[in-house]
Amino acid sequence: MLPLYRDAKYTDVPTGDKQDLFDAVKSDMRYSHELYGCYECGICVAACPSARFYDFSPRVFAQTMAREDIHTFYELLNDSVWDCSQCFSCTCCPRQNNPGGIITIMREVAVNTGLQSAKDALRAYSRIIYKVMSTGTQVSPDMLQPDFFPDWGPDVRDVSLNLDVWRRAIPPETLHTVEMAWDVSEKTKLELYMIWKLTGNLEMIESVDEGLFMILEEVMEELLDEHGYDIDDYDCIVGD
Amino acid sequence: MIGDDGAIRLKVANQAPPKASDREFELPKEPPTADHREQLFALEEAGELEVLRVPEPLVKVDTKYGRKKKIPIENTWHHKSCGQCGHIPGYSSSIYWLNRQFELNYHDPREQTSCTAWNYYASSTSNPAAQAAVACRNFAQAKLDGYFPLIHCGTSYGHYKEVRAQLLHYPELRQQVRDVLDRLGLPFVFPEEVVHYSEWIHVMRHRIAERQVRDFSAITATVHPACHYHKLVVEDAIYDRDLYDGQRTAIVSGVVEALGATVADYSTWHDCCGFGFRHILVSRDFSRSFATIRKIERMKEEADPDVTLTHDTGCVTTLDKSQFSTQAHGRNVGIPVMSDAQFAALSMGAHPYLVCQLHWHGVDMKPLLEKMGIDHVGAWEEFERVAERLEQNPEAFLTWEEV
Repeated sequence: MLPLYRDAKYTDVPTGDKQDLFDAVKSDMRYSHELYGCYECGICVAACPSARFYDFSPRVFAQTMAREDIHTFYELLNDSVWDCSQCFSCTCCPRQNNPGGIITIMREVAVNTGLQSAKDALRAYSRIIYKVMSTGTQVSPDMLQPDFFPDWGPDVRDVSLNLDVWRRAIPPETLHTVEMAWDVSEKTKLELYMIWKLTGNLEMIESVDEGLFMILEEVMEELLDEHGYDIDDYDCIVGD
Repeated sequence: MIGDDGAIRLKVANQAPPKASDREFELPKEPPTADHREQLFALEEAGELEVLRVPEPLVKVDTKYGRKKKIPIENTWHHKSCGQCGHIPGYSSSIYWLNRQFELNYHDPREQTSCTAWNYYASSTSNPAAQAAVACRNFAQAKLDGYFPLIHCGTSYGHYKEVRAQLLHYPELRQQVRDVLDRLGLPFVFPEEVVHYSEWIHVMRHRIAERQVRDFSAITATVHPACHYHKLVVEDAIYDRDLYDGQRTAIVSGVVEALGATVADYSTWHDCCGFGFRHILVSRDFSRSFATIRKIERMKEEADPDVTLTHDTGCVTTLDKSQFSTQAHGRNVGIPVMSDAQFAALSMGAHPYLVCQLHWHGVDMKPLLEKMGIDHVGAWEEFERVAERLEQNPEAFLTWEEV
């Protein structure tokens, strides 16, 4: 079977490699609850924000997976999969499909496998992953810099210039922070890091961004060591 | 059917079907989904986990399929939101301010992490076991602290319901989470209800209206409902037969009506804001295009509101921050954006800058504040005096007593 796209980019990838990744998606425990069939009615496309501005269609994902078209699947896995907004507007499907959920699983497989396209898609995003995995909050006030958000207008510059004082001028005590969204206790940050270790998440990070993995491991394990935790006690316990 | 003459005749409709406006919406006799609470209690009965009960006092409200959901009024453990606390802090501050105005007992924990779902939906650098363990670590901490979780973020709310569905479906996932929590020395706890702060505001709306000191009758608002509130695990979002005939979620719209403002409808009400998780941070051309072309411009053309109100971190950020640069393209933008919490707090007299922190928002709020009868010039001077004092004393903070 040929891929759906005439301009397919990955025709030289061995079919067996594509099949392995397809099987990895299908074997995820969630998969059977995400796809029940497809009427091709297009309701999901009508509701989808990404479909309006990208060459992207949740219907194509549902159809491709249902037809087991591994060639088109591989094209989607390396391209369109990162266009999804993950808003789950597509769950309005009359067959109860969840194309957004299929895409979540596909992205996980792409990251776990260390696909170059996943690395490319996440390259600019690494600092965010580091922030959430090491501090327990996803974004911080000090990210509001004019060079990072030039399109958000002059207010970002004002926040950036007055950051320390403006953060102290917020009544809740937990919000007097600059490098974290709120004040997360050190014990809590360490517990979060242990969850990443125990569930095999650090291996995922290593496969997609080795540099990020090394920094994260060094910083957090030093902290664990300082607090008297034996790092070896927290090796991954979640099997495949 | 066969006529007297033996001929076969087809039934022909002799009446036009009722128009949509004449049809009456009826709830299904039986909800099409299982009741998660029954499933949770069954697991508790089997000794698999502990269900954290909604504490009294509570209010019961209708949800999508007619089931009743319990919303706690106080003794709440405030599960904060990354984007709210980090980039729009007046959002969180207003939630706390409202609790304090009603002298309700609550806890603002330092032992809380992000749900990490923003990252998960952006990058997928996680897996179901990790996501469920992060959720349950937070819930375990809430139990240890003696409070019931109140979720500030729409994505945390939606994701935790997704986690709940997975925990209920997959015994192997429950075992993985149990193993992780055992290693952390924490109990395996899941709350009876996943409750969003906007649901708390919804059930408090009449009490808020009783304490209203600013007249909002001249204010027209459009409402944007967060996708992860009403599209992701749909059955426990709040619906009200008196709002949109029970066919759209009543969240946010209910409080706007209670405060005497006008809710204006627009054709892309169901659309996403364009946040996109990954996109808002590293591919904002998409978020900006969608937010302005599909949402803000539609609202402007069809309703011309004074403000648009929403109830989630990402929606406030995307709808607000996307408007600045699109002015360069001559787009028809310029609608102030804030949360229902800030709107409710302003109605009760909250300070626009010290409490609602509106200077962290992008679109000019001054015309709206004037319409609300707020002296924004004087209010900003008050804020600047506070900022000057804090600048002179690096150890000082603004306190609740001062606001």
